[in-house]
Amino acid sequence: MVARFFRPRNRTAPAAIWLPGLLVVAATFIPAWYLARRSTERGWDPWARALENSAAPLMTRSLTLALVVAVASVLVAVPAAWLTTRAALPGRRGWAVLMAAPLAIPSYIMAMTVVDFLGPRGTLQGWLEPLGVERLPEIYGFWGSAFTLTAASFPYVYLVLRAAFATADVSEEEASRSLGAGPLRTFFRVVLPGMVPAIAAGVLLVVLYTLSDFGAVSTLNYDTFTRSIFVEYQTSFDRTGAAVLGAMLALVAAAILAAELTVRGRMGRRASRRQSLMRPVPLGRWKWPAAGFLALIALLSLGLPLGVLGYWLVKGLQANANFPEIGSAARHSVTMAIGGAIITVLLALPVAILAARYTSPLGALMEQAAYLTHALPGVVVALALVFFGISYARDLYQTTWMLLLAYVILFLPNALSALRASLLRQPRRLEDAGASLGRSPLRVLASVTIPLARPGMASAGLLVFLTVMKELPATLLLSPPGYDTLPGLVWSRSTDALYAGAALPALVLVGLAAIPVALLSWRGDLGSLES
Amino acid sequence: MKIARLLLFAALTAIPVLAVACGGDDDDDADNGSATAPATATATEKPSGSITIYSGRGESLVKPLFEQFTKDTGIAVKVKYGDTAELAALIAEEGSKSPADVFFAQDAGALGALKATGAFEELPASITNLVPVTYRADDNSWVGVSGRARVIVYNPDLVTAEKLPNSVRDLTSATWKGKVGWAPTNASFQAFVTGLRQLEGEDGAKAWLEGMVENDVKTYKDNKAIVSAVAAGEIQLGLVNHYYLYGFLKDQGEGFKARNHYTAAGDPGSLVNLAGVGILKSAPNEVAARAFVQYLLGEAAQKYFSEQTFEYPIADGVAADSRLKPLSELQPPDLDLSDLQDLQGTLSLLRSTGVLK
Repeated sequence: MVARFFRPRNRTAPAAIWLPGLLVVAATFIPAWYLARRSTERGWDPWARALENSAAPLMTRSLTLALVVAVASVLVAVPAAWLTTRAALPGRRGWAVLMAAPLAIPSYIMAMTVVDFLGPRGTLQGWLEPLGVERLPEIYGFWGSAFTLTAASFPYVYLVLRAAFATADVSEEEASRSLGAGPLRTFFRVVLPGMVPAIAAGVLLVVLYTLSDFGAVSTLNYDTFTRSIFVEYQTSFDRTGAAVLGAMLALVAAAILAAELTVRGRMGRRASRRQSLMRPVPLGRWKWPAAGFLALIALLSLGLPLGVLGYWLVKGLQANANFPEIGSAARHSVTMAIGGAIITVLLALPVAILAARYTSPLGALMEQAAYLTHALPGVVVALALVFFGISYARDLYQTTWMLLLAYVILFLPNALSALRASLLRQPRRLEDAGASLGRSPLRVLASVTIPLARPGMASAGLLVFLTVMKELPATLLLSPPGYDTLPGLVWSRSTDALYAGAALPALVLVGLAAIPVALLSWRGDLGSLES
Repeated sequence: MKIARLLLFAALTAIPVLAVACGGDDDDDADNGSATAPATATATEKPSGSITIYSGRGESLVKPLFEQFTKDTGIAVKVKYGDTAELAALIAEEGSKSPADVFFAQDAGALGALKATGAFEELPASITNLVPVTYRADDNSWVGVSGRARVIVYNPDLVTAEKLPNSVRDLTSATWKGKVGWAPTNASFQAFVTGLRQLEGEDGAKAWLEGMVENDVKTYKDNKAIVSAVAAGEIQLGLVNHYYLYGFLKDQGEGFKARNHYTAAGDPGSLVNLAGVGILKSAPNEVAARAFVQYLLGEAAQKYFSEQTFEYPIADGVAADSRLKPLSELQPPDLDLSDLQDLQGTLSLLRSTGVLK
């Protein structure tokens, strides 16, 4: 609301901004364009058949899973975010890093380790055997998938919420306390309602993530929409059938995004300059239970996967297992992650400026459109780019440039949310001052807006680096032959059931992905992740 | 200012890349029918000195073999590893412009799918003569290179040898309630269901699948997960391919708690599936690709499959691992495992019985 006050009227974006912005957004439509073509190449019969078959119940299953994962993530993330921003908790910064760290673990690795540890006759059962536990309840299916996906994706909600807690206006809270309301009443009546936009943003990310996930549900055997897309390729080698299902998934995602856009518009923004001037809330006798809660989360989402990987590694070392050569894979992965981060951030910049600085509805629409690919399984996006690349960009096809383009399309939303938030937080007065001094809009951008957006650009870059490190399906299909990567090695070793051999690249991958997570959460610059 | 220059750079890089994207829509049909379009970019190496393989077979299994091929022939090999079905989709998507020379698939179904799109060239007699007629495509568009039998893997601590079922039909009995595992998304399993449909008829196959579901069969991701689960005692029996066990035994020693059991000859459970290869019509390096396929059917490679991956060699003259029941004794049902029509029928059946959702 405050921001709008400073917004100059009748500003149109210079072509140097909207043209690249438009082109970038056009690129993000490649998957949708591909799906539209492929899914209708045999008319509407395949659509009718898919609807007759099990499309509806499958979508219900996917959405139920997404909903449960979202609710569970919120239940974990709200207390975790509050404790690590507002409470007088010893070692707050350390906890903050631990809560964000599961982001470094891809869902396929999380799922592998969950099965190994919590399986009916897994490691945990082995520990409990002396107590007479013959087998643990089934981990496969809905609850196992929900657990794994929550562990892998609650940090998204946590990061958004932490940023919101850190930057929220605390005056209402102070007023509530000074009027005699207790801390709990204040939290539920004042603080929490203020968090609704942030919770909604986090939930959106988790829902899209869950809808598109294949790694966890395939390992844990829960039939979702993405899994049935895979079955189409796998069993009947039917690209049309798979594209029909992919298009349906995209339509559902579009509906969700449209709903989010409406809700966001109605809620407005609650920005504030007064950041966390409030004294941390003393926890008293709740200090230990609070620390215990955070420790439990860290144990399940971080300790479990790392412990299992470490165990495989040690076992493999003892058995003299055959470890893959990971030098070149690590080099390739890091190169792609750095390249992907730089290019994605640069290309996201014009879109973010349009969305944050110019009132045209096109900006918001463009931004929202970029999220669509988030709900699509990586295989679909990858095949779309294969089709695009082979037909229209033959010289780029199966070069690392094609891979980079895939990363841009896949991870533009991540970069956008970080950039836009940082642009929205800038005081508009400085730009207006620049403009009033006779500088052209472009020069204002170059000399004021962009330098001020640098922290946001850094966060966006770290975020993209992280997600590129973890990406599997597009990396497998689009990388040039012989270009090995860490996720590729983990995948190939684990499909060959060589767990010791998978553990080494998996640990290196998680270690490298943890660097940006640690930087982001330690710096406390999470405000830039608010979407 | 530096940032401004970066922005400019970004815009400038974005424009040509995306201009291609937008401009492309005009000549939409460029990808159809231009079968003669020569592949360029990746084919710049010596034409006969290098091939590109799309391998649906795991890197840890076949990479040593590929390296040996390069050593023996001087032909360099570039490999793209991936899931067999995804690579088949990739080749179909790439069409006539695929940079691949050879597709090396885990199962006959994927080869049949590409055969149906006309992606493969007809192999010369010098290659097809090496393979018995049952182990190659009827139009010689692909050949099998190694065989894998369906077996029941069991945990010897939990099931004694005499109690093992002689037929997969017995698995629906109360004795095995909740004790059997399968992997319905796995291609070999689906090939088995196709065989079942032919032997028992549509109704018989349906009844068996429903009986299994009713009998609380446990679903797993793939064969490896089943063998692990059997060894861990999670389940007692599993429907798998024969060779996974030997990988585990080699990795974890003879104490590994799983063994293979063959069902009776002629049982639908005793199917033999194939891993095989086809050469793409669009192969930029056809001559070298043929040399590669020939190599896979030669003694060294066939021995490799027998000794390293514990599969059945297909070409004459190389013996299978002595622990395996000889191929000649299996009497698998006679099926064309690459028949796509059949695959789609199997998928419908798996869906209508609720085995796949």
